[in-house]
Amino acid sequence: MFKAKERKGPSTPLKSSSAQVQLHSTEPYPHRLNFYDLPPIFDVTLEEFESAALARLRILAEIESSFVRNRSYDELKAVTKTQCDKYLTLNANSASTCDLQGERRRDHVGHFVLRLAFCRSEELRRRFVKAEMMLFRVRWDSDDTREREAFLSSRDFDWVPVDDKEKEMYKTQLMAVPSNIRPQDLEAHFKKDKYYKVRWTRVPDLVEKRRVFLKGGWAYVPAREQSSMVFQEFQTNLEKALEMTAKALPRLDEDTRLLPILNNLSQGFLAGVPSEWLSSSSSAAEGGGIKAEEVDELARKHFPMCMRNLHESLMRDRHLKHMGRLQYGLFLKVLGLSIDEAITFWRRSFSKITDDKFNKEYRYNIRHSYGLEGRRANYPAKSCQQILMQDQPGPNESHGCPYRHFSEDNLQSALLASYAPHGLTAADLPEIMHTVRAGHYHVACTRVFEITHARSGGVKKGEGVGGGESVTHPNQYAARSRELEKARLEKAESERDAMVVDG
Amino acid sequence: MLAFYRRLYPFKSIMNWLNHEHVPTKLYTHREFAFTLQGDVYLRYNSFNTVDDFKKQVCALNPTRFEIGPVYTARPRDKKTIRPGGFIPMQRELVFDIDMTDYDSIRTCCSDAGICKRCWAFIAVAVKVLDSALRDQFGYKHLLWVYSGRRGIHLWISDKEAMELTDDQRRAVVNWIAVITGSKDQHKKVNARPKSRPLPPSLQMALEPLAECFTELILDDQDCFRSEEGCEAFLRLIPDETIVHELRKLWELNPGRSSSQKWDDLKNMIRVLDKGSSRRLAMKAAMEDIILQYTYPRLDAEVSKHRNHLLKAPFCVHPKTGRICVPIDPARIDDFDPEQVPTVRQLLRELDETMAQDSAEGEERHADSERTSLKPYIQMLDKHAMALMDEVRRSKRGADMSW
Ligand SMILES: [Zn+2]
Repeated sequence: MFKAKERKGPSTPLKSSSAQVQLHSTEPYPHRLNFYDLPPIFDVTLEEFESAALARLRILAEIESSFVRNRSYDELKAVTKTQCDKYLTLNANSASTCDLQGERRRDHVGHFVLRLAFCRSEELRRRFVKAEMMLFRVRWDSDDTREREAFLSSRDFDWVPVDDKEKEMYKTQLMAVPSNIRPQDLEAHFKKDKYYKVRWTRVPDLVEKRRVFLKGGWAYVPAREQSSMVFQEFQTNLEKALEMTAKALPRLDEDTRLLPILNNLSQGFLAGVPSEWLSSSSSAAEGGGIKAEEVDELARKHFPMCMRNLHESLMRDRHLKHMGRLQYGLFLKVLGLSIDEAITFWRRSFSKITDDKFNKEYRYNIRHSYGLEGRRANYPAKSCQQILMQDQPGPNESHGCPYRHFSEDNLQSALLASYAPHGLTAADLPEIMHTVRAGHYHVACTRVFEITHARSGGVKKGEGVGGGESVTHPNQYAARSRELEKARLEKAESERDAMVVDG
Repeated sequence: MLAFYRRLYPFKSIMNWLNHEHVPTKLYTHREFAFTLQGDVYLRYNSFNTVDDFKKQVCALNPTRFEIGPVYTARPRDKKTIRPGGFIPMQRELVFDIDMTDYDSIRTCCSDAGICKRCWAFIAVAVKVLDSALRDQFGYKHLLWVYSGRRGIHLWISDKEAMELTDDQRRAVVNWIAVITGSKDQHKKVNARPKSRPLPPSLQMALEPLAECFTELILDDQDCFRSEEGCEAFLRLIPDETIVHELRKLWELNPGRSSSQKWDDLKNMIRVLDKGSSRRLAMKAAMEDIILQYTYPRLDAEVSKHRNHLLKAPFCVHPKTGRICVPIDPARIDDFDPEQVPTVRQLLRELDETMAQDSAEGEERHADSERTSLKPYIQMLDKHAMALMDEVRRSKRGADMSW
């Protein structure tokens, strides 16, 4: 299906010039909507392979967490649209100034990469289909009517139009099918509406709600239910395609460069976490470098449970094991602790050991994590996905995700101890524990963020860390929490100023 | 019991019916059978390559009964050695289960495990409605109705499309058909229309035969509204407070009115309402809903919704009654009398008697089941399986010609 190119070399997306000509002459993506009937038949670079998939994964994961959070369809639509605008824009043909073909190519590639990643188990397939269908529905609902029509007529849906004779024959039954049409308008609607015949198995949702007339296994569907047929068709197609891909997959396993990427993608989805929150906008860039002595206060005010736990353990034991130091150290680095401040912070925290021991055993590692030693790599902080999936904590270790790795009792008392001052009460716990039991750890963490920032930051249920986004990275949690505080302080200040002026 | 399995149980006919062909295919070899042994030991994930294998195992285990499950992607008996995700239910007859238990709140002749010819009428009407709905609306042809051995009935649909339905599609069929919903504590159990709008066409169609049955069975035979309890249940289904009040007054003055008189009283009160008025429309809808509530099939929905649900095999013996789970011809459902169904003891006795005769006359031996009253029932299954096999042959020939 895919032929991945090496990372090195110029990343021209298309290798053969003939393909390039084809791309320009016939426009491979005339429509915004796509049923993804055909896999990409062009060469794709590894970067494009991965980035298109990651972008799409964010969207799908957000849709999944909307299901978990019981968002209404309208809320889900709004959140999904915001996310799409951010990570996976897909414009209508009327938006002529954009790189429409480029956007659609990215959409196409991302979908097929995720098919590869998610075809491997029934569970993954089921969840992927559900999220993809919702994404399609959101796009369908926001599509321009004319463009939607064009898309529909471009594809053979194999719906048999009901001719006038047959329509007249079943007039009574067709008109009696439950609908929202007012009784006095039924006749007019019946005259105007087109009807299609499909095997009932293709529209089970309409059958389930008795919104069609059934005869001999054929469902007579009025044109007004067309969307429902399209969604069902999309789902059925995708289900079948995924099963086919699953069977063909072993051949792809030979390509050792793709496997780690695919594994990473499917694991992230399983952990309920979208791709990594990239720390480009993190506070390190915000200029406000953090001092070692400020960490304690920041921890109490802005840290997610995992980092709270690491901080408390460090303060209590005056020590952290290797994995804990790594998880916490990288987090603090991205938070804005410079290398000098980091050394000060760790030196003070490890108060039970001698300078000599510290310099010998720990200083190097801290400098290393800042990219100042060894390979001089700039290590990113660990995302929720990594924290959830890698290196399960053993006894006496404090790293990991408390929502996943703590016992229920311990988690509940830790949450209350850490967040009661921010408004979390015992009455909030059942909801949180319910999500935890269902394995949606990031949703639980997001909910805690909402609750603890309701009073101070005016965050409402469902808003997440902004725009409905879920927690996917501890630094994202902390950064957003600090932003809210900053906004609150600025507002208070300007109000104070206003009072002075008025006074 | 062992003698029954050895000499009478129609293993070959069952194979033909499940397999749709003479030579065992995956429909048979990848099919799950579950055995219930004495002492309630339950053995799942058995599967067999041939009829002989199956018979041998049944005779070795001598189960009190056995159930039939779905066709899996692999042989169920190899389940442990198959990689996870490689063992998935693929096909399964679409099945329905109707049980007298669900009618306990409305039947007056028997209660609990009891069943008589009179309350069988509830099952009979359910069979008629369901049978015609599935044939007419869904276009299915291969329906096998089987008596459950005590007070219910099972339906197995073997059409190719029905076999391949996903769980979602099975749920859709059930919800299309099911009308009686709501728990025991909810009085109103029919919720099939928005407000007082007309019923969907499929239910409108069912209403006519049901109205007839309502008069005969509910009003006359069972006399459901005569008792105080039955009468209160009836009144609770009438949405018009004024009418309820009037009816109460009327019946206090004239105690001991029969169900059919009470129904007429209600009709008379509706007749005086203005034609086309919303009160009259609401009452018309309410009357239709009452008819549905008392006569429409009550399904055990969970049985039908999942491909991997197990259901007792035809021709098993009911452990309590000893009666055989025999097929029933839906066209003659009114004549069916559960008390006339042969029991395993009766069959074995018949067998002994004819054996004695045979040895006296020295005639050629027939198959054992042919000598008993089980014969017509096995013929019914054979005929049903034959129709299935014909269809498979036809579709194969069609495929061959297209080459
Ligand atoms: Zn009875």
